[in-house]
Amino acid sequence: MSVTLTINGEARTLEADPDSPLLWALRDELNMTGTKFGCGIASCGACTVHLDGMPIRSCQTMVGDVEGTNITTIEGIDGKAASAVQAAWNELDVPQCGYCQSGQIMAATALLTDTPKPSDEDIDAAMDGNVCRCATYARIRKAIHLAADKMEA
Amino acid sequence: MLHFLKKPMEVPQPSRRTFLKLSAGTAGGLMLAVNLPRTVEAAADAGGDFVQPFVHIRPDNTVAVISKHIEMGQGTASGLSTLVADELDAAWEQVTIEFAPSDPKVYANAAFGMQGTGGSTAMASSFMQYRQAGAAAKAMIVAAAAKEWDVPASEISVSKGVVSHASGKSATLGELAGLAASEAVPEEPKLKTPDQWVYIGKSFPRVDVKNKTVGAPNSFTIDFQTDGLLVATVARSPRFGGKLKSFDAAEAKKVPGVVDVLQIPNGVAVLARSTWPAIKARDLLEIEWDDSEAETRSSGEMVADLKEMTGKPGVKVREDGDAEAALAASARVIEADYDFPFLAHGAMEPLDIAMKFDGDMAEFWFGSQIQTIDHNVAAAVLGIDPDKVKINTLLAGGSFGRRAQANAHPVAEIASLALAMRDAGLEPAPVKILWTREDDMTGGYYRPMSAHRIRVGLDADNNVTAFSYNIAAKSIMKGTAFEAFMMTGGVDHTMTEGVHDTTYAFPMINMDQSFQETKVPVLWWRSVGHTHTAYVMETMIDRLAKEAGKEPLAYRLELIKDDPRKVGVLKLAAEKAGWDTPPAEGRFRGIAAHQSFGSYVAEVAEISFRDDGTVKVEKVTAAVDCGTPINPDNIRAQVEGGIGFGLGAVLRNQVTLADGVVEETNFDTYVPLRMSDMPEVEVHIVPSNEAPTGIGEPGVPPIGPAVANAIAAAKGEWVTSLPMTKAGVV
Repeated sequence: MSVTLTINGEARTLEADPDSPLLWALRDELNMTGTKFGCGIASCGACTVHLDGMPIRSCQTMVGDVEGTNITTIEGIDGKAASAVQAAWNELDVPQCGYCQSGQIMAATALLTDTPKPSDEDIDAAMDGNVCRCATYARIRKAIHLAADKMEA
Repeated sequence: MLHFLKKPMEVPQPSRRTFLKLSAGTAGGLMLAVNLPRTVEAAADAGGDFVQPFVHIRPDNTVAVISKHIEMGQGTASGLSTLVADELDAAWEQVTIEFAPSDPKVYANAAFGMQGTGGSTAMASSFMQYRQAGAAAKAMIVAAAAKEWDVPASEISVSKGVVSHASGKSATLGELAGLAASEAVPEEPKLKTPDQWVYIGKSFPRVDVKNKTVGAPNSFTIDFQTDGLLVATVARSPRFGGKLKSFDAAEAKKVPGVVDVLQIPNGVAVLARSTWPAIKARDLLEIEWDDSEAETRSSGEMVADLKEMTGKPGVKVREDGDAEAALAASARVIEADYDFPFLAHGAMEPLDIAMKFDGDMAEFWFGSQIQTIDHNVAAAVLGIDPDKVKINTLLAGGSFGRRAQANAHPVAEIASLALAMRDAGLEPAPVKILWTREDDMTGGYYRPMSAHRIRVGLDADNNVTAFSYNIAAKSIMKGTAFEAFMMTGGVDHTMTEGVHDTTYAFPMINMDQSFQETKVPVLWWRSVGHTHTAYVMETMIDRLAKEAGKEPLAYRLELIKDDPRKVGVLKLAAEKAGWDTPPAEGRFRGIAAHQSFGSYVAEVAEISFRDDGTVKVEKVTAAVDCGTPINPDNIRAQVEGGIGFGLGAVLRNQVTLADGVVEETNFDTYVPLRMSDMPEVEVHIVPSNEAPTGIGEPGVPPIGPAVANAIAAAKGEWVTSLPMTKAGVV
């Protein structure tokens, strides 16, 4: 059936089962592949998008439940926190394989929007759901602190 | 990953001569007829291009480095770019990376004679080749400028992509590309001396970092899209070695979007117009499996079997003398038993592969790690000439060894699906097989489980008299395409690497290996045999130091006097970690050092205990000697990541079987290292002019024993059965 979603500020109508995951609607129906499939059970964070600014796992969020909300994906993030995060990620060469990094950046951006000067404990709490098998965690932590500094500057 | 030894297959090597020959001849700027990626062909049509197998300079002033190696996170694409950019004197910003087509005549890995990446060989084996490619391109650019400006070539300089002459004339590399394409390829391109390097040895941003921070389209195999693409999932036997008996697809076929359900040799494939129906419909299949030849044991039985094997003689890997007599004559014998579990690679991008077969030509898109095997298996399964196969290597979302198989099973599976589609009368269509996380996690090809039995003889002064080591595991090589040229004398050296070649000066080392038979497929897992041998060796060394009443670092230094590079990393790591000063209250330290893939890494782990008594790894200080450091920041990144990857595994990862069925199915049960587990990591690099060696893997082996030694410093005992969760310390 036909579903209308607001993705990155644009109304998008697509044919999808309301009980199908937002992740696959984004990737397969809208060809927005920046949001990644990692586990399908909300255990890795690779599929993180923002729902009205909150980080959520799109693999466990059904299309029918997000009508009338604002969905933001890696393709559409902007603003002070997102720019600072992406700049810091580039500056510190955070990604290795890069597959999880869309989700990491979405989670970090949500964290910094909410908590502009996070402590290490804040970072642990906000980022523990985002797995990186290359284990770029040390750089992600540094990059979040760097992004916080950039936002302050 | 691949650990190819010193016996490359008899396949033509990509010598400098080969690349010169392939580069020779010219017409309209296109210098050779290699099977270049489509993007390259398209650009070449425009004219004015400079094309060599390893570098392509375009009129738009981009310098595309053609990587024969897959980029799976290890940074090789940036490393190869560094080599070409340096010798060519390109500006870093104009360098881009493209992946080479599958063609071992041009793109074989010099370390193993076929096209492929592994064994941390990429930079070591390409160091001269890619520099020569850059130097040859620069010489041709300069020659072209000299003719164009009518000045001596010796007066022309190139810097940051700008070619210039004292007269004021200047041009970009792109502007001269077309002219340079008609220049003769120099017989002996002159390489820079290390003091002339502008990029090598310095840290420049990865060439792929920007795309990886914006979710760029068409990055990974899973992102691959093309008109009419079908997505398939495959129901495979839950038990290794099980076979399909019967299936009912009636309910699955009712799911909207499902195109067909087809039997293939290893299971049942659900074909759909998009991913979700393919996943959903597969759950509705009713399948009966024939387990008569399947592995039906549980992990406990398999470990017991391995332990029993280590009590008996096996294949002799090393025999310095009569160890039994020496042990019998010793004042006492220290004995230890270790066991290690199956480990999954768990790359963030699960296995996936796309192909199109029109009945004549077959084109593939995926993270191909051993292109030559993938290519040949594709041709064999499809029954077509290898010339009719084209492989496009894409970025891989991690591998850790998983994408390098001796049997190219993902290729064989999708090729058999293409045949099944043809036989079912379906119109030829591009198809992508996606493995879900459960498929990837339960699909085998694990780091083998292993048992180790060590007996060390000590004399009255606690000097080692004999070192006896029996290991049992399933061989990664035996029974595969690699057996014939990688096993010698019936020995699988990937099982014992790190011990049979140790530089610890023990008077007598004897080593046996025994092979477990099981249908569970096994594979190299980032640092292969070193994942377990380093743990055993480095914890045994600490234990022997304790027996001898010696300090662990001093004991090591005594034993490795003839291994100066290992001494170097040990001393550097110890110094930076403050080894000589006691740790703060409640903190404990352990040290370990290991050589793998030509590189030396020492790590000092500092731990504390949480209120509930579990271990927290606070800080790791590493020192690495990998020869000439090509990109120091990438070396640090790989060691940081290797420490995290290895740490998660030793702390809590294992794949277990219950009656042959894998129990850990996803990241909720096979819990990877997470942000809050990651220690602070410091990486120090030993300055060196030695030839560059591997860095993708060598950071992994020392972390387990460094942590185990720190725990022993606190508790007096070493964890000998992994993961550490079993000992209750995690």
